[in-house]
This record gives sequence, structure tokens and C-alpha cells, in this order.
Amino acid sequence: MPDGAAPVLDVRGLKTVFRTRGGEVHAVNSVSFHLHRGELLGVVGESGSGKSVTMMSLIRLLPEPPAEIRSGEVLLNGTDVLKVSPAELRKIRGAKVGFVFQDPMTSLNPVFTVGNQLMEPLIEHMGMTKAQAETRAAELLALVGIPDARKRLKSYPHQFSGGMRQRVMIAIALACDPDVLIADEPTTALDVTIQAQILELVRDLRHKLGMAIVWITHDLGVIAGIADRVMVMYGGQVVEQAPVKELFANPRHPYTRALLRTIPKLGGQREARLQVIEGQPPILSGEPAACPFRGRCTHAFDRCERENPARRSIDGKPVGQGHDVACHWTPEAADA
Amino acid sequence: MPEPRPLVQVRDLKMYFPIYTGLFRRHTGNVKAVDGISFDIMEGETLGLVGESGCGKSTVGRALLRLYEVTGGSVTIDGEDVAHLAPEALRKKRPAMQMVFQDPQASLNPRMTLADIIGEPLNEHTSLTSDQKLARIYELMDAVGLNRRFANRFPHEFSGGQRQRIGIARALALNPKFIVCDEPIAALDVSIQAQVVNLLEDLQDKLGLTYLFISHDLSMVRHIADRVAVMYLGQIAELSPRDALYDDPLHPYAQALLSAVPEPDPNAEATRSRIILKGDVPSPANPPQGCNFCTRCPKVFDRCRSEEPKLTEVRPGRFVACHLVTQEPTAGPQPAAPRHKSTNQQGVTP
Repeated sequence: MPDGAAPVLDVRGLKTVFRTRGGEVHAVNSVSFHLHRGELLGVVGESGSGKSVTMMSLIRLLPEPPAEIRSGEVLLNGTDVLKVSPAELRKIRGAKVGFVFQDPMTSLNPVFTVGNQLMEPLIEHMGMTKAQAETRAAELLALVGIPDARKRLKSYPHQFSGGMRQRVMIAIALACDPDVLIADEPTTALDVTIQAQILELVRDLRHKLGMAIVWITHDLGVIAGIADRVMVMYGGQVVEQAPVKELFANPRHPYTRALLRTIPKLGGQREARLQVIEGQPPILSGEPAACPFRGRCTHAFDRCERENPARRSIDGKPVGQGHDVACHWTPEAADA
Repeated sequence: MPEPRPLVQVRDLKMYFPIYTGLFRRHTGNVKAVDGISFDIMEGETLGLVGESGCGKSTVGRALLRLYEVTGGSVTIDGEDVAHLAPEALRKKRPAMQMVFQDPQASLNPRMTLADIIGEPLNEHTSLTSDQKLARIYELMDAVGLNRRFANRFPHEFSGGQRQRIGIARALALNPKFIVCDEPIAALDVSIQAQVVNLLEDLQDKLGLTYLFISHDLSMVRHIADRVAVMYLGQIAELSPRDALYDDPLHPYAQALLSAVPEPDPNAEATRSRIILKGDVPSPANPPQGCNFCTRCPKVFDRCRSEEPKLTEVRPGRFVACHLVTQEPTAGPQPAAPRHKSTNQQGVTP
């Protein structure tokens, strides 16, 4: 990884709050991360951990109100996305940042042809003529592995299968050659054999196009196969962040450790009984003043009740660059 | 240990859904959701049923409990053919066979309290006094790990994992022998899935239950099932003991399916060779000629396109529907030894 080069995307202290009748929900709490060109950052966490809300906050896709981005900076090539005008924001969405959503069945418009939806960002953002856009659209469809691309431009979404629709979504996200591609659980709704096709496609495209990708998922298997770096989220916070091999070989946060133990394996020794994480995910009301995982943590002690742990480096590199964890407990202390 | 006895025997089960088209809604074809499958489930066993969406695995589960009127074949549960029981006899049979549904949100009535939901089967099928009923409800709530204080709460007050526990308690209310678990963990978070799976296993040990565990999560099926059936497009491609299937899948589809599952190990993922299947699953309304996997099979040859392979026992306890495996002279069918697992498994209809 080029350490000296400035990151494409640099998120600092992002805080998103939802105002509801029942009070405020702190969905994203001081999330910081960055992304270099050509890098794939995997974001893991269970539902409600704030992973999708974080990414939607980046390009302000959340309806405001009820959402409110309370503080933070989102630097995309040096410009703060949270401060730009609506007109500039429009240029960023689609052109600079591509988004692939979870459900390919509902994210395409059923009354327009696939070609129409693919050409829209090209004409809008790239200033292409209709004929140019059509040629480019056919190229994009071919790039994501749809046979007979030129003809398929005239098809409607319902004429495509789930896997093919997700390919179309990826093609649309890639249309304007964005700097950052955000993929929010793009394979969760797909079958494993189709998921394998999409993962293969993304691996291939990364090398061809060299863009930075954020890949949100709850499937640690997908992360293991595709990510360079992993960010684990829990209760609206980043609890651990590390290069992929380091994270799987040497998980430090009790939540990451428990998560890795709780999933059954496809090969190797079959476990007699699954390890469980007792309890339920936290409810994120009120200012988080304690560690969000304390109620389910086997290592929790009085400090976890009093103080929300900050991220600290465990390999000497600055937080965000190497392996860092947000936890008061240390395995060394337990061993001693 | 006594010889295991098959509790559920399925023979040539067919479930077609008619297609009506045109102005006069003429019957023009069938969606062959389940097309002639046969298998046994032994008493106390967990049979895993895996496959991709649309392969008919949920339809099998529902047809087994006669939530659908089957198109053909028989389903014998504990000596009675459920598929052809008269309504009153079927009603009497219902307590023995229950189901846990995928979506704990949709399968619980939002206007009933937890006690009402768990108690409803007791109202329908038993004549307990209200005190006895409440005692039974508490007993069930203890069994699935729900606090007794929650008895008068409503489903929306519970999390997904807890709702699934309510669904399990309801399924257990009438002391069933056989439970169909239709993707019981698919809607739950990873950290909650293990809790529910462990509960299902504990209950099986304690109550001697027999499960059909339907899932698309192959890692979880490896954990919970004793034997596993792999379905593709309405038919069983391979039915094998768990370890045999995961160590050495014989059917090309089973091989591709297992190789497609991502593993939470970056080193293994980097070196793993994957079988990437081309294309999509054909429509069950118009399945291909010959072997139903021939359009995507990486090892397809001429015979596959003309002749349909039969599910055959190629090694003891292992059933595969593939010409490639069945024609190997070295791995020919075993002589029909009178083993329980092998008798009648290959779709032999009386």
C-alpha cells in the first residue's frame, strides 16, 4: 500500500443521529476510516451496528430529518462532502462515488429499460450524447459479464435474474468511473453459486479499474476472500480495524473473537457445540458513555461501564494504518 | 443401539403448481417445484436439505406436513400416509408433525400475547384446564429459554432471536415427533444464529425429536445435520452422510455448491480453487431435457442431455443422480443389502 499517497476517502469522527419520538438514536458514533486507491475495505457488523448508515451518511443519502449528521468530515479527494452545495453533491453522487445496494430486485426502476438506466448517469454526469452513451453502456454490460450486451440494453429489469440484476447495478455504479465504489451487502440476497460469480467479477474488475471499494457485509467468509483491510463495527462504533490476515489470525476485540468462534466451518474439525455470544445487540439511545459491547462481553470489568474505550493501536502504527482496537481489556493482562 | 427406524418415508413426491394463461385462464403448464423425490428420515435424525432459492426445498418441507395437497407420491410419517389422510384423521395427526418457520416476524400474530401464541395449539388439540395450560406454557417457555415474566407481552416487544424461540415453543407445545425447520436461522444475525441452533440441538437430545432442517447455509447444515440432501431444480442431486458429502461430494452440483461457499479464513481463500458455475438456474416450468443440471454442469456429456439420471446408491449410504458417477465400474451400486438407509431410497414406487 502506498503509505505516502493521500487517501481517496478520509472520514473523520463521523456522527449520525436519528431523531425519533422516543428520543435520539446514536446510529453512528465517531467513526473514522480512510481508503486508498485500489484498496478494498471490508466492513463487518450485525444489523443495527451502523455500517449501512455510516456509508449512506458519506454521500448524504439519508433523509434529513429524521437523520442528522452531527459532526465529522468526509474528505473525498480533499473536499469535504458534508459541506458542499446540493448541486456539487449531485455531481459527487454517481460520478465520484458509486453505490451498489443490497437488494437488486428493488433498486432498479421496473418501468425503464436497463439501457435507459445505464445511460442516464453517462448523459447526466459525463455529458455524452445518446449514441456515445449507448456504446459505453453496452461496453459496461459486457464488462460485468452479460452476454449479448447490445441487445440486452433493451431489456427490462424483470427479464433479468437476480444475479444479472446485481451485475447491472454494478455496471451502473461503475458507469462514470467513480473514485470510490460503496457496495452495501451486494451479495446477501443472492445464492452462493451466484455470489461466487459476483465475487469473481469484483476481484477481476478491481485489478482492471483500480478503484477504491468499501464492501459492507455480515459474512466473514466473503470478507476473508475479498478484502485488504477489515473494519469491525458494533453498536455504531468501530471496535477493531486491521489488515485482513492479521484480523483473522490475531483478533483482539472480544466481539471479533466471539464472532469468529461462533460461525461453523465448512472444513476441518467439526465443533460439537457452537460457541454463542449471549445477549442481544444494544439499543443505541442516548449519548454512548460506556462500551457498547459490555453487556455481552465475557471480559467486561468496571472501567467498561464508566468509559467508552477509544481506538488504540496495538502494533505501533498510527490508529487507522495498522491494527487498532477499541477495548479496555488486553489479552496480556488476562494472561499475567 | 437399536436399528434406526425410518420415521418419515417420502416416495416419489411430486408437487406441481399449475400455470394458467390467456383470456380463459387455460391450464397451460406446471411449475414443477418438486419433481419425484424419495428419501427417508430416521427417528432422532436431522436430515439437512440444502439448495439454492427456487430449488424446491421449502416446498418439500411444506408438502411433507401437507400444507399443500401433493400432486403425486406418498409421505409416510410414523406409519401413516399423510399425503392421503382424510381431513379428520389428518387433524389427529397434526400434533405429531410441526413446523418452525423462517420469518419469526411474519409467523407470529402481532395481536396475540406470547401465552396465547404458545397456548393456541393446546386449545385446538387438547382439553387441558386453564391452570394446566398455563403450567404447560410456562414449561415450554422454560424449555426454550424465555423468561416467564414475558408471558403477557406481544411479539413486537421481542428481538428476532427471541421471536424464533417463541416459534419453537409453539411447535413443541403438542409433543411432536417430527419438526420441519424451514430456514429457522436465515433471518437472524450471526451472533444470534448459534443460540437458536444450540437450542434446537438441546431439544432434540432431550425430547428425541426428528428434524428436517432446510437451509441454504452449508456451514450451518454441516454443524447440525446427520445426513444431507442437496436439491437442484426440484430433484435430489445427492443424498449422503454429512462427513462423506463435505469431504468428497460426488455430484458435480454438490461440488460446485460447496466450492462456492466462502470460508472465514483469508489464507484458505487465497489458495482455494473454485468451480464457478456459468449462468442461472433454469425455470422449473420448463426444465431441461435429460439431467436437470446439464445446462450448467462443467462435466456435461451427450448422455446427460437425453437421459435423466436416477438417484442411485453408488456407495453405502450415498445416493447420487449423475451418469458420471453411476457409470463408473469401480463405484457401481452395492448389492441390495437389507440396510435401512438403503432400502427403497431410489424412488421405488410400489
